[in-house]
Amino acid sequence: MSTTTEVHEEHLSQEEIEKLAHPKQPLNRRIGVVLSYVGMALIVLYCIIPFYWMIVSSLRLPTEGQSTEFIPSPASIDNYKGVFSAQNNFGRSLINSVIVAGTTTILVLLFGIIGAYALARLRFRGKGAVLWLIMACSMFPLVVLLPPLLKMFSSTAPFTWFPYWINTYQSVILPGLSFGLPLAVWTLTAFFKQLPVELEQAAMVDGCTPGVAFRKVILPLAAPGVLTTAIIVFIGAWNEFLLALTFLQDKNRQTATVAISKFTGSTGFDTPYGTIMAAGVVVTVPLLLAVLIFQRRIVAGLTAGGVK
Amino acid sequence: MATATAEPRSLPATEGDGHKHKKNALSDGQGRLAWILLAPTLIIIAVVAGIPVILSFWESLHQTNEGVDPTTGLVAGGDKFVGLQNFTNIFAGANPVTGSFGTMDRFWNAFFNTTFITIVCVLLETVIGVAMALIMAKAFRGRGIVRAGILVPWAIPTIVSALMWKLIFDSSGVMNRILGREILWLADTGASFWAIVIADTWKTAPFIGLLTLAGLQTIPAECYEAAKVDGATTWQQFVRITLPMVKPALVVAVLFRTLDTLRMFDLPYGMIGPGKYRVETLSVFAYQEAAQTRYGPAAAYAIVLFVYVLLVAFIFVRVLGAEVIGDADVQKKKKKKKGGPPSDEAMQETMIGEAIGGAH
Repeated sequence: MSTTTEVHEEHLSQEEIEKLAHPKQPLNRRIGVVLSYVGMALIVLYCIIPFYWMIVSSLRLPTEGQSTEFIPSPASIDNYKGVFSAQNNFGRSLINSVIVAGTTTILVLLFGIIGAYALARLRFRGKGAVLWLIMACSMFPLVVLLPPLLKMFSSTAPFTWFPYWINTYQSVILPGLSFGLPLAVWTLTAFFKQLPVELEQAAMVDGCTPGVAFRKVILPLAAPGVLTTAIIVFIGAWNEFLLALTFLQDKNRQTATVAISKFTGSTGFDTPYGTIMAAGVVVTVPLLLAVLIFQRRIVAGLTAGGVK
Repeated sequence: MATATAEPRSLPATEGDGHKHKKNALSDGQGRLAWILLAPTLIIIAVVAGIPVILSFWESLHQTNEGVDPTTGLVAGGDKFVGLQNFTNIFAGANPVTGSFGTMDRFWNAFFNTTFITIVCVLLETVIGVAMALIMAKAFRGRGIVRAGILVPWAIPTIVSALMWKLIFDSSGVMNRILGREILWLADTGASFWAIVIADTWKTAPFIGLLTLAGLQTIPAECYEAAKVDGATTWQQFVRITLPMVKPALVVAVLFRTLDTLRMFDLPYGMIGPGKYRVETLSVFAYQEAAQTRYGPAAAYAIVLFVYVLLVAFIFVRVLGAEVIGDADVQKKKKKKKGGPPSDEAMQETMIGEAIGGAH
């Protein structure tokens, strides 16, 4: 092999060898590469800059909330102190958010996994109808639920028999299932479909019942998909605003998103932008960390579910 | 699609998957097992969504009694049945407000706001999202960074992004500083509309980009090579290959964005505030009514929004052929029913499958 190349090279001038060693790309191709890098930089800037502004604004002095300097001077973490001051009680709101979003996620996964498995693997009459029902459920406006639920949860006539649920976690968690469950079923179905059906068949040939095959073979393999779904559902529940705004009016029961929207700030009577931005950063950073760690899986989950 | 349910139970054996049939434990008695497994999901959906929707419809036929009962002289309470009055009141124009589209009933103002915000936002998001997807598909390196960046707007809670944009659009904020103008973005002016559009587009165009990218990655390179051999220009390649091949993924993405924008609440509420007629959407209006215990009208407006959303979804599925279900079994039946050649739905199914696989 090596001899042939040597023979070849003898016929080439030094210049030609240089040329072959560094193949010159056509000009428009090179421009294309440069443009694609410029484009990618633009995309990243587009996505990051408003968020950068939020971080910068949170690091100013509380009195300079509306400053338009691109770098805070002097930098200060007073806004973050303000967020967790006794007056705002934001720590409590964060705990509330964790409880609400966590419970929603666990419930949704518990029921969603088995439902999604049935949809992905089994053939039965009415599957189309079920898929459409779940689809329809994920697209209907949440505000439709508000009038009857508000009446029900506040024990207003004719729902006087109903316990008073305003300011309870379940008043947000249960209606929240109406968007969390379809989202989870949808995403999980796509993940289950990717696993070859031969896996269960092999397990059953070896004497497993379908139930055991599901638990011992499929579930461990689907764990990454389940984790992804859990993250997507958790972020959805964490970001939920309308239900929490309606049903959680007590300051000690508010979730973080509602608390931020009602901030009075640590100083002044003007809109306390600095504190709001600091709280926004606090609420967003855990999500961003999860997203950055699991970005590949989340993108896969989003494209599979096709749902926000 | 509803016709699928009326199909006979036994599926005709198709070539290639005969081994999945009847004779193995996976397919025997699948129907009953499937319904047992699905029961919890379906029951929960019925309880947390189905029943409230029915109650909401019932509510929309009622109004809260107001004032003093003439027969007893006591303050009236409870509800009275008013039939379709809450719906007919929409056309009565009893509550005129002045928004971007002149003076009209508050409902219609909210309706047109919702519609126009949706149209403008989704158009912008689609164009920007497709552009993003094309750039990302061309990328050789650094795709991970871009993907991470693109998930930032998606992960930020909408209400936080609303407040973030509120600061940016403040009359003495950074947007006006960059533009060198004094625009009152947040003061319920025509500019408020665009402030909402910009904030929504920022947050969700990357989402369309992601879904479109998944579609783009499934287009085989051979298509482009063949086109090049035939002398197609870049534009021709885009219009004749890229767009048609990416259409199924794109239509689904646009459908989801449209339905989501139609029920927009957090952004106008958090950024401009409630009761601002230039940007009041149907969701905000219905929420306001419900919060002020006018449950009947609130339910009526929410129901109209619901029907509107269903209608738009129906149009997408029927006219644009959005294939949202993507289940091979269901599609097989549908195809058989139509008797047509294998349609692009099956391809959509495999494409999405591959996209997921490829993204891992």
